[in-house]
Amino acid sequence: MVDMTAPDLDLKTGSIDDAIANLKEKFPDAVSDDTRAGYGGVIVDKGQLREVAQYLKQNLGFDYLSSATAVDYLGEGQHTTDDHLEMVYHAYRTSGGSALVFKAQTDRDDAVVPSLVPVWKGADFQESEVYDLFGIKFTDHPNLRRILLWDGFHGHPMRKDWKEPYYEEEAKPFGSRWPGGQVHRAEEKTIFGKNVQYPADIDLSRLTDISESKLYEGFGMGVDVQKVTHDGVETDQLIVNMGPHHPSTHGVFRMIMRLDGESVRDLEPIMGYLHRNHEKIGERNTWLHNIPFTDRLDYISSMGNNHGYVLAVEQLLAHNKRWKPPTYRAEVLRVLMVEMSRIINHLWAIGFWLNDIGAFFTPVLYFIEERERMMDFFEAVAGSRMMCNYMRFGGVFADLPERLRSTANLMNDRVRDYNTMQFLTEMINERIPRTIDDLEELLTENEIVKVRSIGVGILSKEDAINYSTAGPLLRGSGVAYDIRRADPYSIYPELDFDVAVRNEGDMYARYSVRVQEMRESIRILKQILPRLEYTANESATANNGSHGDKAPLGEAYGRVENGKGELGYYVVSAGNKRATSNPWRYHVRAPSFINLTPLGAMSEGMKVADVVGILGSIDIVLGETDR
Amino acid sequence: MNGQGLLKGMLLTLRHFVESYADDIKYGFKKFSPDVDNFETRQGTQTRGVFTVQYPDEKLAMPERFRFVPFLVVEDWDDELNPGKDWCTSCGICAKVCPPQCIWIVRGDDPVTGRPIPEPEAFFIDIDICMNCGFCAEYCPFDAIKMDHDYELASYDRTTNHVFDKEKLSKEQRYWKNLAPTRAAEEADVRGGWEHKNFKKSWNTTKEQAQSAQAEKDTKRDEVRARKAAAADEKPAASVSDGPIIVGQPGKAPWEESEEIREKRRLGALQRKAIRAAKRGDG
Repeated sequence: MVDMTAPDLDLKTGSIDDAIANLKEKFPDAVSDDTRAGYGGVIVDKGQLREVAQYLKQNLGFDYLSSATAVDYLGEGQHTTDDHLEMVYHAYRTSGGSALVFKAQTDRDDAVVPSLVPVWKGADFQESEVYDLFGIKFTDHPNLRRILLWDGFHGHPMRKDWKEPYYEEEAKPFGSRWPGGQVHRAEEKTIFGKNVQYPADIDLSRLTDISESKLYEGFGMGVDVQKVTHDGVETDQLIVNMGPHHPSTHGVFRMIMRLDGESVRDLEPIMGYLHRNHEKIGERNTWLHNIPFTDRLDYISSMGNNHGYVLAVEQLLAHNKRWKPPTYRAEVLRVLMVEMSRIINHLWAIGFWLNDIGAFFTPVLYFIEERERMMDFFEAVAGSRMMCNYMRFGGVFADLPERLRSTANLMNDRVRDYNTMQFLTEMINERIPRTIDDLEELLTENEIVKVRSIGVGILSKEDAINYSTAGPLLRGSGVAYDIRRADPYSIYPELDFDVAVRNEGDMYARYSVRVQEMRESIRILKQILPRLEYTANESATANNGSHGDKAPLGEAYGRVENGKGELGYYVVSAGNKRATSNPWRYHVRAPSFINLTPLGAMSEGMKVADVVGILGSIDIVLGETDR
Repeated sequence: MNGQGLLKGMLLTLRHFVESYADDIKYGFKKFSPDVDNFETRQGTQTRGVFTVQYPDEKLAMPERFRFVPFLVVEDWDDELNPGKDWCTSCGICAKVCPPQCIWIVRGDDPVTGRPIPEPEAFFIDIDICMNCGFCAEYCPFDAIKMDHDYELASYDRTTNHVFDKEKLSKEQRYWKNLAPTRAAEEADVRGGWEHKNFKKSWNTTKEQAQSAQAEKDTKRDEVRARKAAAADEKPAASVSDGPIIVGQPGKAPWEESEEIREKRRLGALQRKAIRAAKRGDG
């Protein structure tokens, strides 16, 4: 057992290399370097995984488990001779710095790994997801369930030997497209065909019963309702399903609550209604193909999604001899777009949160006005309002157009014809700040908003870190952790802005953090404007790769501070070649998904009406939650 | 003071309410006349008040880079030398770079030598699968596939008319010039002229060549027509004589039919196939 003496402060702030050296010294038998080409971090013997994790957290200061996921190395053959499943963990310090990556390997046929939930509660949903998609069992996990798929689902789809219903080939591009051009509609080919697999013992007439009854048993309830006594009065507790179709859930999302009167005793989120196995699709795709698919994750801020993904893949591509990093102008354009999406995201989040707490649609429509104009700008630059698909490896899709105009200008040259820079300047200096002023005037001192949100949905600082929350949820609980500052990327180090933090940890604190963050975004945008002016002659597209970019072998984790929190992409390039055109593994660390982990804890003891507001204050998008 | 925050918010709402009439006062009834440029003021950075557009009565014009389902650029139909000639060379890059793989191309072959020629025999795009990412247009080295602005593609039956073929996809070069004047001009600059010059071999470069090509085409077409007419005279209702066709049980889907009927259908199909093969003489 690890000794729990007072942790050494030096160890907690040292470099990653020091930490790894200390770890190897402490656990000489269990910890070894990951020596595979292109890989980093350490491999931990799974027998001592929990002790190592506890030591990392307690003594080395890695208090934040950002991502936990798995990779299936079936028939990969390059790095190892035996096929195995591998758990990959990324741990960070909330004081900043890069990741300590540690891995645990397990057999494919008998995949068991100790759960890390006792160390970091944030591993809860992520391990459930790994169990669901890879079939790794976690010992001592409090609630291991199929979190995204339904219980009758046959097999674990992220395993390399699992084939999807419309399976055509292992990787795109498919051979049937060219030069033969055998056009077909997939659904016609497989109409009621053998594309769906069921477990042998399933009773198709009673599909949902198993999972549902298990779920209710988890609440300590059988078929009968539970009796409780309040001041001598005996009443029943109720189980209430909220969702999947409920306006407050921002999509198809369901919460099962055990109610005592109007107070919530237990709450469990159920998700996966929009699950499409984004990650499996991502493995079939080429590296480039994935960019438009990332748009569909958090569709409110697709620019940020693009950014995280290209950052991850650029880490791999950087090992190419002929790789040229993005030009300065490309970086400036990326930051411009990402910060605008952050404002859009927060306007949207605050607006719909207000819907949830009762200010129905009046404020949100005022905010949508501004969002419309910013999306007009996206449309003119990137070609689409929401599915921007703007960033490329080594640059961006295209530079800013000289004028934001429509094709109708041929007939009438006064329709929506603006000089781009003039439009941006007016938006950034006048229009958006004015909207945020309006927003504050309308809400910040509004008594109803305050009464509804102050002291509701409290998440303490320790819990926020422990649950791996990210974004405004984390910063609203007093943790000044913003990846743009803690682990900087792009040109953020040279930009002047503050990290918005509030200490209260309630809904109002999250609202305040969002407002403050929008103001900081405007501060950044104001610094971007002169940079756009003086890089005007530089090319932003010069380094755009070809359509067949190949990534050298290795792993990479790219993460950005998206509007909803830390968006991370874990990509692995592996196989029997020197470089690959398709990812071996493509994992999305979705903030919307992981931020839901503490929803149950936050809602305990709250009223039903508050739960809706708490969910709104977390700000989820189901496209990203369910993936 | 208690209630002050509320009041301030109400005043703001009132201001928005009043501002929503700004347009009406400014434009009067001109707003409703069809050719007034009222979008300009509604979409601008200085706009106040109502910003919505009454779709489908009013439609916002699309910016140049707007992208929707792709189309193929062909030479103008009234072009003297190469009317309606495809710019596409069936190189297959768009099919490879398409993320959802919604493009199918049949590469053209020379009828005599059997070697591939830079021309697509057939080109299909399943618009239900297309995700409008624009990669095909971005990576096409011949400027032959472009993203359209026509977004009203809904139809009553998705199963029959959502796979677009070459005929449906092809649009004239001048359409692209209208759609995106700036970009079309930039591309032409790079190419060195409005015409597509990449494939001199298969393209007609002089008037005589164009005329002879047209004449050849005409004779070919006439020949085919004559042959078809002759064939039609020879064996009327050919398909009926191919063998028995077993009709399924009425009101039942194929998979609900009894084993017996399914077996019959299968045998019937095999029989028809054998008859057809014998006719062709490849037994």
